[in-house]
Amino acid sequence: MSLDKKDVEAIAHLARLELDPSNIDETASQLSSIIEFVEQMNAVDTTGVQPVAHPLDLIARTREDQVTESNQRDHFQAVAPETQDGLYLVPKVIE
Amino acid sequence: MEWETVLGLEIHAQLATNSKIFSGASTAYGAEPNTQACEVDLGLPGVLPVLNKEVVRMAVKFGLAIDAQIDEFSVFARKNYFYPDLPKGYQISQFEKPIIGLGFTDIEVEEGKPIRVGITRAHLEEDAGKSLHEDYQGMTGIDLNRAGTPLLEIVSEPDMRSPQEAVAYMKKIHSIVRYIGICDGNMAEGSFRCDANVSIRPKGQEELGTRTELKNINSFKNVEKAINYEVERQIDVLESGGTITQETRLYDADKDETRSMRSKEEANDYRYFPDPDLLPVQISQKLLDEVRQTLPELPDARKQRFIEALALSAYDAGLLTADRELADYFETCMKAAENDTKITANWVNGELSAALNKENKSIAESPLSAKQLGQLVLRIKDNTISGKIAKQVFAALWAGEGDSADSIIEAKGLKQMSDSGELEALVDEVINANPGQVEQYRAGKTKVMGFFVGQIMKNTGGKANPGQINQILKTKLDA
Amino acid sequence: MHNKTLSELSTALQNKEFSSEELTRYFLGRIKQHDQSLNSFITVTEDLALAQAQAADQQIAAGESGALTGIPMAQKDIFCTNGVKTSCGSKMLDNFIAPYDATVVKKTNSAGMVMLGKTNLDEFAMGSTNETSFYGAVKNPWDLNRVPGGSSGGSAAAVAARLTPVATGTDTGGSIRQPASLCGITGIKPTYGTVSRFGMIAFASSLDQGGPMTRTAEDAGIMLNVMAGFDEKDSTSYEKENEDYTRSLNDSLDGLKIGLPKEYFSSDLNPDIASVIDAAVKEYEKLGATIKEISLPNTGLSIPAYYVIAPAECSSNLSRMDGVRFGYRCEDPKNLDDLYSRSRGEAFGEEVKRRIMIGAYALSAGYYDAYYLKAQQIRRLISEDFKTAFSDVDVIMGPTSPSTAFKLGELSDDNDPTSMYLEDIYTTSVNLAGLPGMSIPAGQVNGMPVGLQLIGNYFQEAKLLNIAHQFQQATDWHQQTPAGFKEEH
Repeated sequence: MSLDKKDVEAIAHLARLELDPSNIDETASQLSSIIEFVEQMNAVDTTGVQPVAHPLDLIARTREDQVTESNQRDHFQAVAPETQDGLYLVPKVIE
Repeated sequence: MEWETVLGLEIHAQLATNSKIFSGASTAYGAEPNTQACEVDLGLPGVLPVLNKEVVRMAVKFGLAIDAQIDEFSVFARKNYFYPDLPKGYQISQFEKPIIGLGFTDIEVEEGKPIRVGITRAHLEEDAGKSLHEDYQGMTGIDLNRAGTPLLEIVSEPDMRSPQEAVAYMKKIHSIVRYIGICDGNMAEGSFRCDANVSIRPKGQEELGTRTELKNINSFKNVEKAINYEVERQIDVLESGGTITQETRLYDADKDETRSMRSKEEANDYRYFPDPDLLPVQISQKLLDEVRQTLPELPDARKQRFIEALALSAYDAGLLTADRELADYFETCMKAAENDTKITANWVNGELSAALNKENKSIAESPLSAKQLGQLVLRIKDNTISGKIAKQVFAALWAGEGDSADSIIEAKGLKQMSDSGELEALVDEVINANPGQVEQYRAGKTKVMGFFVGQIMKNTGGKANPGQINQILKTKLDA
Repeated sequence: MHNKTLSELSTALQNKEFSSEELTRYFLGRIKQHDQSLNSFITVTEDLALAQAQAADQQIAAGESGALTGIPMAQKDIFCTNGVKTSCGSKMLDNFIAPYDATVVKKTNSAGMVMLGKTNLDEFAMGSTNETSFYGAVKNPWDLNRVPGGSSGGSAAAVAARLTPVATGTDTGGSIRQPASLCGITGIKPTYGTVSRFGMIAFASSLDQGGPMTRTAEDAGIMLNVMAGFDEKDSTSYEKENEDYTRSLNDSLDGLKIGLPKEYFSSDLNPDIASVIDAAVKEYEKLGATIKEISLPNTGLSIPAYYVIAPAECSSNLSRMDGVRFGYRCEDPKNLDDLYSRSRGEAFGEEVKRRIMIGAYALSAGYYDAYYLKAQQIRRLISEDFKTAFSDVDVIMGPTSPSTAFKLGELSDDNDPTSMYLEDIYTTSVNLAGLPGMSIPAGQVNGMPVGLQLIGNYFQEAKLLNIAHQFQQATDWHQQTPAGFKEEH
C-alpha cells in the first residue's frame, strides 16, 4: 500500500500536524516504505489467533470510590500557556 | 405522502459516584473552575487511569434492571479526536465490548398499549469538560472539573415512532436510573441528557431513511420539540426534492430549531482501539449475584403491585410509581393513614403534587413529610375534619404553622362538631330563622336542603359534620 | 571514587570515608568536566542534588540510612520530577516543569538517593541512536564520533563515562538494552508490569517498561529493589509481594540450560559480533551451563508488528500534547485547528511526526484489522514461541544489537527510516512478549563494546541477574572504562 500526497495530508490533518508543504512528497515516500515494511505481517495467517491485550493477560484491577485528590489548580496551571480566572484559554471554539 | 418517523435515543446518565471514573478527584457539581481536575483528569504527561469499582457495579445494576445480556469481559477503548474540552485527545469509552449488551424496557403512551423498546447496549465512558463561551478577549475558557465524570451511555434501538414515545422512553429510563440509585437524574445540571437519532421514511417502507443526530437535548419538553422540528425539516427537504445529509445537528432551545454542527462533522474517524492503559474488565458471577441482591423493586413491578394489592387505578399507580421517592412517600403516607390507599393517593397526586409543582419543588423538598400528610389523611378518614377543612390544615402544615395535623386542628379549633345535642341546637336555630325556606321544603322543593347545610356550615366555619347535619335536618324537616 | 559499586559506595558513606555531599560534588564536577563533549544530561539539578545530599548526610549521621541513602543517580528525562523540567527530549516539553513525581522518582527519593539531573534521550524515546533529541545527539564515550544508542542514550553514556554511578532508563523496543550494549554497561528491562509506569511519559503503553542502567549486575539488582513494586496508580502494574532481586546473585550456574535461537545467529549477523557472543557462551559453558539451539520462528515478524503497535499507541498517547494545558504553544494561533496543527507541527521532530502519522493511519477506519489487530495477533504468536522455548531452557542468549555503535548521522541521514528500525531486531520481540531482558558487556569489536542479551521467563529477573553476575565475576568487560573518562575528576 503506498500513500500519495493527498493521503498524507489527510493523515496529517487527522493527527493535527502541520507539515512543511515542500516535504510532503518525501514524507509520502517515507511513510509508504514503512507501510510496505510492516506489511510483511501479511506473510503469516493469524486467523483465530487471540490478540494480546496485556502481555500477562491480566484483568482490570479497580479502586474504591473515594475522593483522594485535593485542589492543586494553581500548581497545575503554573505550566499552562494561557489561563484566566482559573480557566484554560483557547482560540474561540465555534460549534 | 404519509411519512413515518423513526427514532432512537442515546441517553447519557452521569453515575452518582463520589470520585471520577479513572481518578480520585471529586465529582461534586458546581465547584470553582478546574479545582476538581487532578493530574489524571488534566491528561498531564505520564498519568494513568485506574477504574472506579463503583462505576462497574452501577452499570451492572442497570443491566440487570433492563434484563440485559452482560458478558464476562468488557473492554475500554480510546476514541481519538481533538477538542479543547477533551484533555488527552481521546475519550476513554467502550466500543466493541460494552459492559451491558442487549436489553429492553416497556413504555406506555396510550393506556393499556405497552410498546417494547430495545436497548442495544449501555457502555461506560468519561465525560468531557466544559467550554465557556463568554468573552475572554475573544477566546474560549475551558473548565475540566467535569472531565472524567463517569457516564453510562444508554443506546436504544430505533424502536420509537413518535416524539411522545421518545419522551415516554426517556422518562422511563430516567425513572429506572433513579430507582436503582445510579444517577441523580438532574437534567438542569446535565446529569441526564440525550441525543436523538431522527429519520423519516414513507409509511410502509422497510428500509430506514438517512438519519440526523440531534445533540444537546436537556429536558423532556425539548426532546419533543427538537424531534418535532427536525421531522418537519426533514419532510420539507424530502418533499421539495432534496436529500437528507447524515450529520450532527444542535438543538437550540431558545430559537426552537436545529442547525448543522460543522465542527463535529469532519472528526468522524475516531480510530478506536483498546486502551492499553486499562485491562479487560471481568464481571464475575459473584458480582452479578451481589448486585442483584441490591436491586430494589423496579417501577413496572411496583406499579403492578399498586394496582393489584392496593386497588389503585392504573392512572394513579402510574403517576405514583414513576418516581421512586414519590412512591416511597406514598407508601409511608399510606401506612401513617392506617393503610388507606384511595384518600392517600388522591392527596398525593392532587393537593401535594399541585403544591410542589407550583413552587417547583421535588418530592424530597416537600415541606410536608409523608407521616404528616398521612396523619392528615387519617383525620379525614375518621371524620375528625372534612375534606374542606383538611385543605386549610394542609396549607397550614405547608406554611410550617405547626408540626402535625392534630396540633393545627387543635390550635385552630377545626375539629368537626359531632356532638348531636350541639348540632340539633344549630339546626333548630337555622330552621327557626328561615320559615320561608322551610315552607318551600315542605312543598316538595327538597333542593333547599343544600341551603340549610350551607347556612350551618357558614355559622360553624365549616366544622359541622355534614353527614350528621343532613340527617338531623331531614328528621326535623320531615317531622 | 567513580569506579565504586553501589555497595562499595554505601559502605564508604556509612564508614564516613566521605560524605554524600562530597560524593555528590565529585559527580557534579565530573559532569561539568565531561558532559560538554557527551551531552548526556539535559538538566543538571545541582542545587537540588546538594540539598538531597545534605539531607542524606543527616540521615546517615542519625543512623537512619538505607542501602542507597546518599548515593547519586540520574533520571532519564522521561520520568516526571516535581518542580524540575521534564522534557522527554522534545521542544514540545522544553518549558514543562512537571507538577508531580513519577512513582519511580518517589521511590528513589524515599530511598534517599540524590538526583544529579535528567538525562538526554531520543525525542519521546523514539529512536535507536539518540539523535532525535531536541537537545542534540548524545556522544558515545568510547568514540565521540559515534552514537550511544537509544533511546536511553544519555543514561547509558553517563553511566559508561562514570558521570553517575547509576541511571534509570526505559525500554519500549530495546531502549535500555541497546544503548547499554553500545556503551558497554549493564541494563535490565524487567517483566512488563514490574516497574510502575505512573509518571513515565508514555510512548507505547503496552510495551514501555522502566529499569536500571548500571555498571554491574549487582548494582542493577540493588536498583531494581528500589524501582520495582506494585503501584495502585498503574492498572497494568503486577500485584505481587516485593522481592529481593539480589537474593540469588551468587547461585551456581551449574546445570543452567541456555537456549541460542538460530534466528539470532543467521548469516546477517556481523561475524565479529558473532564471535564475541560465541566467546561469552563458551565462558558460560565453563561455568557449568549447557547449550541448546532453539527456534523463535516469528522473530522476523517482531519488527513489523512492533512498528505498528508502537506508533499506533504513540499516536494516541501524544495527542495530549496540544498546546492547551502545558507545553509548547505556537505564536498567535488563528483558530483552534491552527493552534493544534502548528503547535504540534512546530514542536515535534520528524521521527515523532512520522510515527504519529503511521499510527494514525494504522488505526484509521478500514485499516484497523489489517494493521493493529494483526500486529496484536502476531504478538501472541511471538509470545507462544518464547513459551515453547522456555519449556526447554532457563535463559535465552544472543546479541543485543546486530552492530556496534554507528557513526553519528550514519543511520539518521538515510532517507529510509526502516533501516534504523532493523537495529531493534533482537530486542523488540522481548517487549512484545513482555518478558525480562538484559544486556551485559561481553567483549569489544574495534574498541567498541558489544553486549550479550539475556532473555528470561516472566518474573525471572533475579535469575537473569544471577546469570549476569556470575559472568561478571569471571570476566572484566563490565569494568572497562572508556579512555578519557578513567582519571579521577
